This record gives sequence, structure tokens and C-alpha cells, in this order.
Amino acid sequence: MTTIDVRGLTKRYGPDTVVDDLSFTVAPGQVTGFLGPNGAGKSTTMKMIMGLAAPTRGSATIGGRRYRDLPVPLAEVGALLDAGAVHGDRKAYDHLLALAVSNGLPRRRAGEVLARTGLEGVAGKRAGGFSLGMRQRLGIAAALLGDPAVLIFDEPVNGLDPEGIRWIRDFMRSLAREGRAVLVSSHLMSEMAQTADHLVVIGRGRLIADIGMSEFLRAGGEGTVLVRTPEPGAFARRLTSAGATVRGGPESSLVVSGLTSGEIGKLAAYHGVELSELTPQRPSLEDAFMELTKDSVEYQGASA
Amino acid sequence: MSSPKVTFGRLLLAEWIKLRGLRSTWYTLACLFAVGLGITFLTMSSAGADYASATAAERQEWDPTGLSLTTYIVAQLIIGVAGILVVTSEYATGLMRTTLAATPRRHLLLAAKVVVAAAVAVVAGQALMFASFFLGQALLAGQGVPYARPGGEGVLSAVAGGGLYLAAIALLSIGLGTIMRATAGALATLVGIVFLVPAVAGIFPSWLQGLVTFWPTRGAAAVLATVPDPAYPHPWLNLGGMCLGVAAVLAAAFVVFRRRDV
Repeated sequence: MTTIDVRGLTKRYGPDTVVDDLSFTVAPGQVTGFLGPNGAGKSTTMKMIMGLAAPTRGSATIGGRRYRDLPVPLAEVGALLDAGAVHGDRKAYDHLLALAVSNGLPRRRAGEVLARTGLEGVAGKRAGGFSLGMRQRLGIAAALLGDPAVLIFDEPVNGLDPEGIRWIRDFMRSLAREGRAVLVSSHLMSEMAQTADHLVVIGRGRLIADIGMSEFLRAGGEGTVLVRTPEPGAFARRLTSAGATVRGGPESSLVVSGLTSGEIGKLAAYHGVELSELTPQRPSLEDAFMELTKDSVEYQGASA
Repeated sequence: MSSPKVTFGRLLLAEWIKLRGLRSTWYTLACLFAVGLGITFLTMSSAGADYASATAAERQEWDPTGLSLTTYIVAQLIIGVAGILVVTSEYATGLMRTTLAATPRRHLLLAAKVVVAAAVAVVAGQALMFASFFLGQALLAGQGVPYARPGGEGVLSAVAGGGLYLAAIALLSIGLGTIMRATAGALATLVGIVFLVPAVAGIFPSWLQGLVTFWPTRGAAAVLATVPDPAYPHPWLNLGGMCLGVAAVLAAAFVVFRRRDV
């Protein structure tokens, strides 16, 4: 079982600290979402893990070794850093064959990964004519060449159509089910909700949260219940006296927190109030993210 | 194939697969021969008339071998573009990250690129110089003016020297491409080195004139002549000096390539 260990990783470009004392672990068998707004330092962190950028301080290791000390890099780590990272004049098969040969992998691997990513039909085509989705698949094919235990994807769904997004999402899930450690970055919270088991959230290069997905959602607070009734004013007073917090929602609906939908239903039945809608609402990942980052920022401010 | 491992031999093979799979590689080589031999054809077609109107002293200096190789002036730019693209095309497409992820030992990777490109450049350079020589001599013979034979004094040395000169320019270009990381910058620098500096060298201060002795298109190209130029009595030393300069550029390229973030 191979893990990625990031310890005290720091990167400065001149006066700018892009990654600031970052530590986290990417465990095997699950998808770890690497979340943060644009410019948070996600790509730089991934480049440092891959040995493409040198850390100012700290270390990133894969199975206890630095990337450049891996004897067969492609057999340990597969990475999709940039969808366009293929020469447009080169055939898909040649691109993969050269990579396989450089690491001493069997030549047949090029054909096998083309089949797994559904590209066998365009193996002899030059990559310049590929759509973004096909390039993305070719990049993933390259990442799978050495059957690695660790996979790193930088913004893999950027610019893809819904079908491509679903394909990549399912693919990452299946890679994790096979026991691999999958690290995938995104700036879209909603994307992560359907993909990741674990979240590493950073902002301005600093760690904000290193947390399981379910815990992350709970951190966003309890859900609310949307209630519609012909007599909102009267029912709101009854809800408040029952201990709920009520605020006005769209189209004179009520947004209730502090009571479950079941309790609200009982209350309405007891008082004979007619309800036209009673909908529990889960907190969105965005809400959870805002809640969490707000706390972290306050915490950091207090400790500084 | 035995157990997976990154070895220099495998990197050479991988770089060869990458180079041969690009149409641009073959277009550039086709262009090298079309333009190179085309210039030889044009210059040699009028050489007979030049000889006829030459004075006795000028006929003493008549160098049919050197004349047939003057195409190197343009050929060095084309072979230089090929060398530059070996590195800069990977930066332009972002492929360099994929390549370095597969081969994190960067010095081995760059060495493999240099060796593969040098091998192609030596073969292409020698082939062009020999083809140009034979084409040129055939055209001279057809005009009834003195021409050279492969066994003639200094002929083989001049033709082979021309091929090596072109290979050295290709290596210089790889170094420039690695340092600049962009095709336009590297190409501008190469043009500056092989065309502009020689053109303005006359106005340089005297302490810089020594450098001209080893400069491309100047002293280093003296090896392509069979009639000795009194300014360069030992032309192979001049070419050797240029090769030292190329080695220095390549050494700098290795240093920055290992250090820089990609």
C-alpha cells in the first residue's frame, strides 16, 4: 500500500509564499479531493510531489521515497498534470510507446492502456486532432502505463462536457476501489461531493482542513427544512414557540432549522395546519466549505 | 524486455521513437536537402563564368571543393531549427512535464536527447556535404572548368569537416533551446550567433577579434576550404575551438535544466 506523504511543504517564488508549511497524507483505496480556490497552490503542490518543482522547505514522499529516487517512476505514480501535455504532431500510440520504453515497461502496455481508456480506435491518429476529452483520456492512459499504485490528477474535469465528467468521475472511483491512492484537485466543491472520500482543503497555500467527506458535510451545520403553507405567519409563530429558528424563504415559504421535517409535520398535524410543501434540505458542499474556511480563518487569525 | 528500470539505452530508444514519429523531423530534413542542394545548384551554375573572367592570381585561389560547400551557411540554420525543436517543442506543448515525470533524472534525459539529435545531425550533415560536393563538382565538370575529385588533396577533410561543423551547430541549438525554453528566443539567438556577429565582427575591439577565429561562419568554417586561408593556418584547431564553445553552452544547459522548475 503506497501513500503520498507531504510534510511541511513550502514553496516561495521571490517574496510570494505559494505553498505554506503544508502537511497531509493521501491514503490508498480512496479518492482524496484536493480542494481550494484558483491560485491556492494546488498545482504547485502537485508539481513538488512529482519532483517538477523544488520545495523551498519540507518534503513530499511517495511510499517513503522522494519522486526522483523512484527507480521506475511510471510504475509507482501516474499523473495527469495538463491535458494538453502531448505533442500534437505525435500519434497517440507513439506518445505512449516512448513513455513505456523509457521506463522499460512492456511495449504491449501502450495498447492495453489505449483499450482501457477507450482510445484504441484512434491509436494511429495524431493527438493534435483530438478533442479535449480525448486528450484527457490520452493523458490518463499515460498515467496508467505502469499500473501505478498512486495516481495524481490536476483539475481533470476542467472544460469537459457532462459525459466526459461522468466518465472521469467513475474512472477515479474505480481506480480507488482497486486499492490505489488517488489525489485529484479541483476548485469546484460540487464536483468533489460526488467523487472524493476524503478532502484536503487549502487556501492561500495553507492547510484549512484534512477531513473525511461525511465529517466535512456535517461541519456545514444541520440541514434546514423548506415549508410552504397558506398561513405562514401563524405557523412560523408555532414553530418558534416549539424551539425552531424560522426565516423567510422564497415566495413566502419558511426555512426552518432546529426541527426535523418529521417533527414539523407532527406539529402541523396537531394544530391542523395545511402544508403544501415540506422538504428537508441538505447543506450544500459550498455552504460547508464556507463554514469551514470561515472558522479556519478565524482560528488562524487568533493564533497568529 | 527485462525488468522495468530507467536506463540510458532505453531513454535513447524512447527519444528516437519520439523524434521519428514527428512529421516535422522529416519535413525539416527534406527542407535541409532541398534548400541545401538547391543553393549548391544555383551557385555552381554560374561558377564557370566566374572562372572564365578570373585573373591568373584568382585562379590560383580557385577552390572547387570549398565553393560546392558554401551551402553550409544556410544549412546550419535549418539543422539548427531541428536541434532547437528537440527541446522547445516539449516546452511549448507542456509535454516536458510528462517526460520529466517519467524520467526524473533530468541529466540522463537531456543526454539522451543530445546523443539522438547529434547522431541524426552527423548523418544528415555528412550526407548533405557529400551530396553537395558531388553535385557541385558534376556541375563544374559540365562547364569545363577545373573541379575536385574525392581523392584530391584536402578534399575529404573539407567535406567531412563540413558535416561535423553542421552537427556541432545542431548541438549548439539544443543547448540554446534548453536554456531559452522557447523556439523564438533560441532561434533569434542562433541567427545572432551564426549571421549577425560574423557580419559586425569587424567593428569589435581588438581583444574580441581572437574570438572570431573560433566563431561559426568565420574561423570555425575555415575547415571547409581546401585552399588554405592565411588567416587560419590550422583550420581544425578553429573548428575545435568552436566545439569547446558549444560544449560550454551545453554544460550551461545541463546545469539550468537540472535546477529549474518545470
